Amino acid sequence: MTQPLASTTDLVKAFDANRALDGVSMAIEPGRITGLVGPDGAGKTTLIRILAGLMAPTSGTVSVLGGKPGEKLETLGYMPQRFGLYEDLSVLENLKLYAEVRGLPRNEQQDSFDKLLAFTDLARFQDRLAGKLSGGMKQKLGLACALVKTPKVLLLDEPGVGVDPISRRELWAMVGDLTEQGIGVLWSTAYLDEAEKCDTVYLLNEGKLLFDGPPAELTGHVRDRVIRVSGFEARRRQFLTRALDRDDVIDGTIQGRSVRLLVADGKPVPDAQALAAGPDTEVDTADPRFEDGFIERLGGGPKGTSALAARYRTIPETTDCAIEANGLTKVFGAFTAARDMNFRIPRGQIFGLLGPNGAGKSTTFKMLCGLLSPTSGTGAVAGKSLRKSAAAARASLGYMAQKFSLYGDLSVRQNLDFFAGAYDLPRDKAQRAIEAMIEIFELHDKLDVNAGTLPLGFKQRLALACAVMHEPPVLFLDEPTSGVDPVTRREFWMHINGLVEKGVTVLVTTHFMDEAEYCDRATLIYRAEQIATGTPDELKAEAARLTGAADPTMEDAFIALIEAFDRKREAREAA
Amino acid sequence: MRFRFDLRRLAALVRKEAAQILRDPSTFLIAFVLPMILLFLFGYAVSLDSTRTRVGLVIQDSSAPALRLAQAYRNSRYFEVTEARTVAQVRDKLVDGELRALIVIPQDFGAGIKRGHMPPIQIVTDGSQPNTANFAAAYGEGVRASWAAAEGLERNPGAREAPVIVSARYWYNPELKSKFFLVPGSIANVMTMVGTLLTALVVAREWERGTMEAMMATPISMAEFIASKVIPYFFLAQASMTLCAVIGVWVFGVPFRGSIFALYAISSAFLMPALGLGLFISAATKNQFVASQVALLSAFLPTFLLSGFIFEIGSMPWPIQALTYIVPARYLIPSLETVFLAGDQWGLLLPNIGIMLLFGMVFFTLSFRVTRRSLD
Repeated sequence: MTQPLASTTDLVKAFDANRALDGVSMAIEPGRITGLVGPDGAGKTTLIRILAGLMAPTSGTVSVLGGKPGEKLETLGYMPQRFGLYEDLSVLENLKLYAEVRGLPRNEQQDSFDKLLAFTDLARFQDRLAGKLSGGMKQKLGLACALVKTPKVLLLDEPGVGVDPISRRELWAMVGDLTEQGIGVLWSTAYLDEAEKCDTVYLLNEGKLLFDGPPAELTGHVRDRVIRVSGFEARRRQFLTRALDRDDVIDGTIQGRSVRLLVADGKPVPDAQALAAGPDTEVDTADPRFEDGFIERLGGGPKGTSALAARYRTIPETTDCAIEANGLTKVFGAFTAARDMNFRIPRGQIFGLLGPNGAGKSTTFKMLCGLLSPTSGTGAVAGKSLRKSAAAARASLGYMAQKFSLYGDLSVRQNLDFFAGAYDLPRDKAQRAIEAMIEIFELHDKLDVNAGTLPLGFKQRLALACAVMHEPPVLFLDEPTSGVDPVTRREFWMHINGLVEKGVTVLVTTHFMDEAEYCDRATLIYRAEQIATGTPDELKAEAARLTGAADPTMEDAFIALIEAFDRKREAREAA
Repeated sequence: MRFRFDLRRLAALVRKEAAQILRDPSTFLIAFVLPMILLFLFGYAVSLDSTRTRVGLVIQDSSAPALRLAQAYRNSRYFEVTEARTVAQVRDKLVDGELRALIVIPQDFGAGIKRGHMPPIQIVTDGSQPNTANFAAAYGEGVRASWAAAEGLERNPGAREAPVIVSARYWYNPELKSKFFLVPGSIANVMTMVGTLLTALVVAREWERGTMEAMMATPISMAEFIASKVIPYFFLAQASMTLCAVIGVWVFGVPFRGSIFALYAISSAFLMPALGLGLFISAATKNQFVASQVALLSAFLPTFLLSGFIFEIGSMPWPIQALTYIVPARYLIPSLETVFLAGDQWGLLLPNIGIMLLFGMVFFTLSFRVTRRSLD
């Protein structure tokens, strides 16, 4: 075994009473990608900052390049979460600044810049201000700045956050090249699918190491226990609820038309008959994923029945669509942010808006919530036209936003009180709703805590509670679970699935492809247009037809559809 | 410092800072447009001089001395006179604020003088505007006194010899024009804005945008980082000071009796505490909004209120006077006034420069203490 480039032993970092890191021992080896995996708040950033010499450990030892952290900064590359770019400097000026402060000899600079600009494909944009780059390009420039003087260790703090799957895939390939030069890379991520591609993985949760080793070892634990059930008669959401309530199933997710289940260790894998899902049901084993192993380490996912859905009113059946978009278009000056959006979502369905950042999903979403008025086209929510009765349309929806639309300076109870008031609930009804939310989301201990200081999982629960207190027939979810741990995410979807069975209609934007699988139908938005619409299975089938790959994931489908669109557009422009 | 001070790194950081200053329109606004607004505001709109106060002159007597006294008021360059025969005619105008004071020459004025004693006149002022009221009362009495002296009516009763005549001469600013004081005062304010407010914002901005974190993970030392913030803003502040001085002299006709060297020596000395305080605020708050509030409270307002710029320090209550000693601008304003209106009086300038440099050292030491290379 080679000498590690950096390592920690029994590392503890305490902030007041909280332990952000609790006895973490790890090592970064040359020529390998070491994954640092865990949900937000697990301690990943703290660990990276300690390695970069930006924070001092409370106890334990740290060694970086044979010295203390912060001593060998010339050969350490570090890309912080926000990339550390100067937005009012151009691409080239940022590179130059980092080259100078890292002490790269002048006569080597041009070579280095040429190589990095080619590597990151930013040569065309070298005079553009960093602030005017897209998220994916900023991330590449951030990486280039960290690489401007070839480091021995490269620390990347969540390089994949907020970046669409295509850019993530490109970045991954770039970092793969670097390891071939012998650089040791630490890649921190909240995306569990990225963990599978690392050479070795440290899985962190709440400051503790849950697992270390090659990712295959973790997935090996759950081999043969992951099954895919398809062809059942009952509706998939009801089936999933029933399956999760069984004792031998510790986790389950919806995958398009089928349901994926993780069977508890030591229990026999149930067959179709045992699952009582109907005569045509097929049960076969599926490839285990890193997330399955993680869920098992955390003690399994939540059970299937949603207490929230149990007390929710049943939304009456109507013939109208719950949400309609007819040619919605939004133009800002010379820029078309969304062009001709058309979809109709019947009552009791989940509809997804997927797409890279800046493609137009948020614009479409905001037009439907009545936050932006469309340049042309019409829309309706719960039968109320956005043009004629925007206020009534808004009153019939619950909204939960990406950054969690909570007031950080108000306590949990004050937030609940405020939203009950904002949705105009009568006093006695508001009181009952608030008590119920506290019960369902287990907020008892947290009532007097300011929402801003809650752990992410609780923030997410509270945001959902605030959005559904008035029992709206339509729910709008904007990136509802990005960054939260998989158990909290399961719990969230368990509630949403329950609500949908009660007739609630859900519109969700997401770049988590797992979440896309929960949708009844989804539309892929790219360059302000809907480039594909259908059920998740239809989208995957389309991608399989385009690429010839068997059984593509939702992410493969996403990338294949976008690439096909780009090829078509290029061909059109060439003609 | 673990890392030696490297001039190449410093140069790269200074270039970056300069590029940011040049590209940021708000920097340009604060450094060049705001000083112009301040100067023109003080130069034209806000004047502490009270040339030509509107007063009512009530002449109840038609004797020759009374008419001559009335003529003296009419001729005075301090008053614009509205004449009346009775108080009732102009009382409403005083109440409306159209007139600021009434000067009443009483009926028996001429008769009193004939009898050989000086009869009193009445001055009624509008107490809702105390400054103007005091001014009108004092100048009203002044006009009367000089008229009486010219008529040979008033003598010191005890003096048999030629009377001692006190005549006031105002050196350096014989016309008592307040804009001569306001221009140096504006320079102090402008340098506080650029030196403290802008610097307070820029370091906080690095924290907010996450670039501080990235910079700390490179080999730069905190000394280089601090120097890279100080150098560009030092020159920027000097540039905007120069602009103020040039406009003050050429547009407002403020005299410049000292040397350019002395002017730059004083302003450089003042920029040490100004920049040091800005760096300290921003390193301690790490947040642009809080930094701007703290900079306004701890630098801008004291420079405005406690430096002798608008309110004379000598007439403040003693606890406030004591407080002014820790306001660096208190040492700048008299120095600037001296350079503009009197000349290079090094005996006065050097101690002030010394004190300002001392303040600068204190603030820079504090900044170094709080700007640690750590996110803890």
